Amino acid sequence: MSATVAPSPAPAASMPGSDKMIEVVGVSRRFAKRLDFAGKILAKLGAPIREEVVHAVDKVDLTIRRGEVVGLVGESGCGKSTLGRMVAGILPPSDGSILWKGKDRTGLHGKEARAATLQAQMIFQDPMSSLNPRMKVADIIGEAPLFHGLTTRAGLPAYLDEQMRRAGLDPTFKSRYPHQFSGGQRQRIGIARALAVQPEFLVCDESVAALDVSIQAQILNLFMKLRRELNLTYLFISHDLGVVEHLSDRVVIMYLGRVVEEAPTETVFARANHPYTQSLLAAVPRIEARKKAFAVVRGEIPSPLNPPSGCHFHPRCPHAFDRCRVEIPALKEVAPGHRSRCHLNDLPNHGGQPV
Amino acid sequence: MEPSIPATAAPPTIQVRNLQTRFFTRAGVVPAVNDVSFNVGRGKVLGLVGESGSGKTVTGFSIMRLVDEPGRITGGEILFDGRDLVKASEEEMRQLRGNRIAMIFQDPMMTLNPVLRIDTQMIETMQAHTKISREDARQRARDTLGMVGIPSPDERLKAYPHQFSGGMRQRVAIAIALLHRPELIVADEPTTALDVTIQGQILAEVQKLAATTGTSIVWITHDLSVVAGLADDIAVMYAGEIAEYGAVSNVLDHPLHPYTHGLLGSVPSRNKRGEPLRQIPGTTPSLLSLPPGCPFQTRCPRAADVCRQVPPMAEILPAHEARCFRPHLENAEAA
Amino acid sequence: MSATTAGSTAPAKAPKVETPLRRFILDFAESKLALGALIVFLAIVLVAVFAPWIAPQNPYDLAQLDIMDGRLEPGSVSDGTGMTYWLGTDDQGRDMLSGIMYGLRISLVVGAGSAIVAAFVGASLGMLAAYAGGRTDTVIMRLVDLQLSFPTILSALMILAFLGKGIMNVVIALIVVEWAYYARTVRGTALVERRREYIEAAQCLALPTRRIIFRHLLPNCMPPLIVVATIQIARAIALEATLSFLGLGVPITEPSLGLLIANGYEYMLSGKYWISFYPGIALLITIVSINLVGDHLRDVLNPRLKK
Repeated sequence: MSATVAPSPAPAASMPGSDKMIEVVGVSRRFAKRLDFAGKILAKLGAPIREEVVHAVDKVDLTIRRGEVVGLVGESGCGKSTLGRMVAGILPPSDGSILWKGKDRTGLHGKEARAATLQAQMIFQDPMSSLNPRMKVADIIGEAPLFHGLTTRAGLPAYLDEQMRRAGLDPTFKSRYPHQFSGGQRQRIGIARALAVQPEFLVCDESVAALDVSIQAQILNLFMKLRRELNLTYLFISHDLGVVEHLSDRVVIMYLGRVVEEAPTETVFARANHPYTQSLLAAVPRIEARKKAFAVVRGEIPSPLNPPSGCHFHPRCPHAFDRCRVEIPALKEVAPGHRSRCHLNDLPNHGGQPV
Repeated sequence: MEPSIPATAAPPTIQVRNLQTRFFTRAGVVPAVNDVSFNVGRGKVLGLVGESGSGKTVTGFSIMRLVDEPGRITGGEILFDGRDLVKASEEEMRQLRGNRIAMIFQDPMMTLNPVLRIDTQMIETMQAHTKISREDARQRARDTLGMVGIPSPDERLKAYPHQFSGGMRQRVAIAIALLHRPELIVADEPTTALDVTIQGQILAEVQKLAATTGTSIVWITHDLSVVAGLADDIAVMYAGEIAEYGAVSNVLDHPLHPYTHGLLGSVPSRNKRGEPLRQIPGTTPSLLSLPPGCPFQTRCPRAADVCRQVPPMAEILPAHEARCFRPHLENAEAA
Repeated sequence: MSATTAGSTAPAKAPKVETPLRRFILDFAESKLALGALIVFLAIVLVAVFAPWIAPQNPYDLAQLDIMDGRLEPGSVSDGTGMTYWLGTDDQGRDMLSGIMYGLRISLVVGAGSAIVAAFVGASLGMLAAYAGGRTDTVIMRLVDLQLSFPTILSALMILAFLGKGIMNVVIALIVVEWAYYARTVRGTALVERRREYIEAAQCLALPTRRIIFRHLLPNCMPPLIVVATIQIARAIALEATLSFLGLGVPITEPSLGLLIANGYEYMLSGKYWISFYPGIALLITIVSINLVGDHLRDVLNPRLKK
């Protein structure tokens, strides 16, 4: 990889799964709330304060192949956004390594490092706070390509028009400011900004969560159109199972920093293996359900500051037994391409079937 | 038509008639709520559904008479227990609010005071409206917390709001709303900020409450699938007006209004996986520059010349109203 | 929201570009009181700037002063030159109106000059503390705490006692006692803004750190900085007046408002009120108008109060 520019996608898209775009190997991320000077003195004097460490992401392995759309699902505190930021390259992992096209990202320098950063772009959740309120749309979209030499000052207007049109924006809005747009249009500006540096891989962190249903559909359609046209690879992070089901080829489910299940989309929705995935699916309200009693998962989501021992889900799990309280289950293959982190799969006459 | 108890069997808890709320801003007069009418019967749940800017929240605040400057209720009536809340004095409203009509907000901290213990807050709320001894009040507080599914309520009563998770806080806020066994609860997106599993728990509790206490609920949300499982009736709002109103299964299974139709079509789970979602083109128009006639005409695939006139709200099918000249009647005939 | 049409489907309406500046001006103009205060303040600035051309007398030119005209009442006419002293004269026969005009010059230069330099120093250190974090942050912020724990006037007195009198020294003293406010404000804002997604987006676009700080972070930290700067200018003017009143500020030959007040102080009780009174009024109007503008700026620029 020597060029700073991603090669324009070949018209004949390579088969998904043919090669690895990004590999996350044993990656963890801890956030420590360190004690300041006063805190240290108080702690010495016996005050009940101590350094607090959150394992936001705990030894996660994840491979995303070229052309694939991977959905990453979980509730608050599961570490999905943290993982997404590490994959996008804006947050360094505490442990483990992230391989970009087979090369460890931390080992990349200069042009190579910059190219790797540019080729993985992120679409954020809040369409307002992800745009600099003091910059015009033209500057928001055009700054990086101009800076990195993807276009010239003379070629910029035409380049901007192309990027804006591709994201479904009227190029005549170039000289406006973000506050003059609606939520959906702001999200399109964020998409145009990312596409303007010609990425191959997009991390979408709850990118449609803040949008109204009708606008959400427009943006999801745009994502699918861009995937076809530019042969993009996606990590699609969302709490909304319906959205993930619609878009993804493969789904990864996280709970309190760990991946609990990973499978092709149809499999997850038809034959979820992990009890957490099953309760999550049962709790999703559906339009088809009328006056039905809402399925209830007991208990609250534990604080990531103090997660339960063993399997993190055991206090809420209807099938928990002694082993779940003490031993962390391993992420094991229960069927080809289907991995789950549950001790039930080791029980005789269980055979990897849904519980 | 749904064979459930028709809204006319018992006098409804609340009747909203042609409600109109406007905001007088620098940029002009914003018709936030326009000619909105609905009933909620005893023990019934009305889902008030709409996207941002549709006027659903302002409608809720109008019922509570909590619309702030520069907003004003400029017309219509809100009939509750034989009186018109639009004309009620501020003092009368203070007596009703938190007592016979309660509100639950998206952010439970709108209800909770961060520096007071839960028991203090609950007991003071009760003593503000009724003569009740501290002991009885504490007992009632404990019972109410149990009612919304809070485990070990005795311990929880002594806690401060920050010691609760978001879901628990929302339960406490709901419990405070329930303290006086109100006849009506206006709930403004109370589960939107919560995780799916926690939302499921709260929806289940609310469902039980409506059935057992006879409290009527106006549930304001942007999420059609939440009201599908919870509500008896649905009112779909668009640009300050109710576009469609009727029993849940009528509205969701056979939508008449093209907006409802489009909204339902754009939900991902109702589309074939991987295929483009059916989408409503365009964005919600600004309430300051609505087109004359039907506000949806600029985005409507069925719009015709007639739509430049204002469509009346009409009972197109039994227990199923829509504000449209060209409704999707073929849906209904298929039923 | 002025853009209401979908970019993909509808043609553009003739866009009237509403820049943030334009919106800010409209918001500011909503308060008639603040607008009035701004006009008053601008008038004061104009008077100060053009004092040499519009003042009836050069109060610093001892040749123009007539000691025989000392302590004349407002409205008196000079026996020597025939000019009218509309606001009276002080004990040296200096025309009070001219004295006030020239005094404003010094007060404003000292106030604004020290506030601008202090803002620059404080903002840089605050930004550095926020972005570098860790030990740098701790050192800078403890210094700020130390600075702010001393009474302002005491610090300023100590510095002047060390440096000696003179306009430049007053400015230095004011910078030293004021930079900490800016540092704290900017650090707080920068810490909040830094976590916003547009900064993450800029990192994702592989823009260099320096560019992110100056093009993205700093412009978004400006609103609170502007508010603090406005209020601090008023504070600096008051502080300079106090120091001069106490005799530690500007030299007696070039009196600022504070010194003019001090000069007339001893005559207050003998009925010659004007020597202190009119400079006092000028100081009051200046400070109140700046504060009114600053207060309203805070409301306009506060995102939490946005309608």
